[in-house]
Amino acid sequence: MTETFDKPEIRTPENLVYSKTKVLTDNVLSYCPGCGHGTAHRLVAEVIDEMGIQNDTIGVAPVGCSVLAYNFFDIDMQQAAHGRAPALATAIKRLYPGKFVFTYQGDGDLAAIGTAETIHACNRGENIVIIFINNGIYGMTGGQMAPTTLPGMPTSTSPYGRDTHIMGNPLKMTEIVATLPGTYMVTRQAVHTPAAVRKAKKAIRMAFENQKLDKGVSFVEIVSNCNSGWKLSPVKANEWMVNNMFPFYQLGDIKMNGELVK
Amino acid sequence: MKELKLMKGNEAFAEAVIRAGVDGYFGYPITPQSEVLEYLMAQKPYERTGMVVLQAESEVAAINMVYGGAACGKKVVTSSSSPGISLKQEGISYIAGAELPALILNVVRGGPGLGTIQPSQSDYFQSTKGGGHGDYRLIVLAPASVQEMADFAGLGFDLAFKYRTPVLILSDGVIGQMMEKVELNPQVKRRSDEEVAAECPWATTGRPKNGPRRIITSLELDSAKQEIHNMKLQAKYKEMQENEVRFETFDTEDADYLLVAYGSSARICQKAVQIARKKGIKVGLLRPITLFPYPTEAISKLASQVKGILSVEMSAGQMVEDVRLAVNGRVKVEHFGRYGGIVPTPDEVVKALETKIIGG
Repeated sequence: MTETFDKPEIRTPENLVYSKTKVLTDNVLSYCPGCGHGTAHRLVAEVIDEMGIQNDTIGVAPVGCSVLAYNFFDIDMQQAAHGRAPALATAIKRLYPGKFVFTYQGDGDLAAIGTAETIHACNRGENIVIIFINNGIYGMTGGQMAPTTLPGMPTSTSPYGRDTHIMGNPLKMTEIVATLPGTYMVTRQAVHTPAAVRKAKKAIRMAFENQKLDKGVSFVEIVSNCNSGWKLSPVKANEWMVNNMFPFYQLGDIKMNGELVK
Repeated sequence: MKELKLMKGNEAFAEAVIRAGVDGYFGYPITPQSEVLEYLMAQKPYERTGMVVLQAESEVAAINMVYGGAACGKKVVTSSSSPGISLKQEGISYIAGAELPALILNVVRGGPGLGTIQPSQSDYFQSTKGGGHGDYRLIVLAPASVQEMADFAGLGFDLAFKYRTPVLILSDGVIGQMMEKVELNPQVKRRSDEEVAAECPWATTGRPKNGPRRIITSLELDSAKQEIHNMKLQAKYKEMQENEVRFETFDTEDADYLLVAYGSSARICQKAVQIARKKGIKVGLLRPITLFPYPTEAISKLASQVKGILSVEMSAGQMVEDVRLAVNGRVKVEHFGRYGGIVPTPDEVVKALETKIIGG
């Protein structure tokens, strides 16, 4: 392996077909190998780079696995208290309407403790992008049950599987925010295959472009894996995601141009 | 040109905020401070100065909006009353940890719990000893008049930006609700985005073309670095203690006894001093204007002169602990207070002085 990467003679401009986007820093990602966060970060960074808005974008990191997101994006960023990212983003965008503002949040952050901030920012129609990574579990704290944990799914706080009679039901925040008049675009994507990555990138690009329209929140959910939290290998985790997460959290556009799809 | 008006304390604060060139207010209604948001909305400051005014979904959201705005270098403010201020504590701790300038007004009502909507001073501990989690302090200003409700808006922002720290104005239901004449400062122009960027190079206003990017966070996973950050905060608090103590004294030159009181209690004590002096009791008053930093040295000096000190506040006895620390056992220190929304009369204060200090 090392041998291949240590051959400077092959590192020539004509051989360069792929490189790190400049909107990502050189810091080593803190995510587990196989986790979807890295890909999602890259897509957001590529969109910022391609739109030429690196100096006009302010991001908000959550509490959760992506709490250190500010170490990886080479843009100005703020780190929010747990669940409050949409409140920060609201103020940033209202005070700097010309800037591009996004939050990057996990499911515990956005769909449990931050439910109120999410719903009200969406309902007010704040002109921001919300990137929502849903892996059905609290990853950073060690795999506890999340608001998005599937029925029957085992976690460290639902060790015998989520019993909905005792522990309640998983929450589909994306469908909820789609019903609010303040959301302009709501979509659910994934990043587990090259095809899915291309679609997700298109959605993220559209979400950022929408900020120029001043028509409300663009909300992009990315259903992702958590191989360490799910106690599966990256490959098995992706299979489990396709077989279990996707039937419950169906991929596709839910609201486009302010209109519910279907 | 200065302008003279008759206003409620809450309204004077709101008007002063607009005139101070503030960029954003984020709040949530609660008695007895709702006039702040009502006045701002009626005044349309977004037309007068371009200021953002937003009614948030909760006190929690409001303080986090303040965090977001402050992290961009803007002058942002929130206001609430006791139960709402409790909800804001997490955000205040983050603002202190991330070293952001922000202004918070607490128009105190009686607690604990939902308590009463009547005036109280029972949030002294919360305001001066922490409130939220972690080792941090707020600069705490205690207005005793409608004039000071207006003046402290500007002073609060000056201090907040000087130290990059949250500043709390600890008012109460009396000062917020009562009407007095107030002299208002002329309108200050809001800073342009370019001015903000130049003044606050640390703020997240969009990464400069030549970098580096700015990060606003209160997280540091390396404990060695977190300790250094905490030491920096402590050094800042020490600097405040050296430079920012504010207080005033009344009739202390020849005093045998001393009253210590802040906010509306200080107003009541001024009258109590007059009544007591008519009875031949030589008593003076020290009014702390900053509750943090506290006028410890001034009280300590007076402790060498007087025979006893009565700390008067509308609580069960909170500030009295700081008076005792300043006096360090040299003379008798007692507390007198009414609470649960009851405001004491000057006569009650004189009687307490006679029974607890002079005769006690």
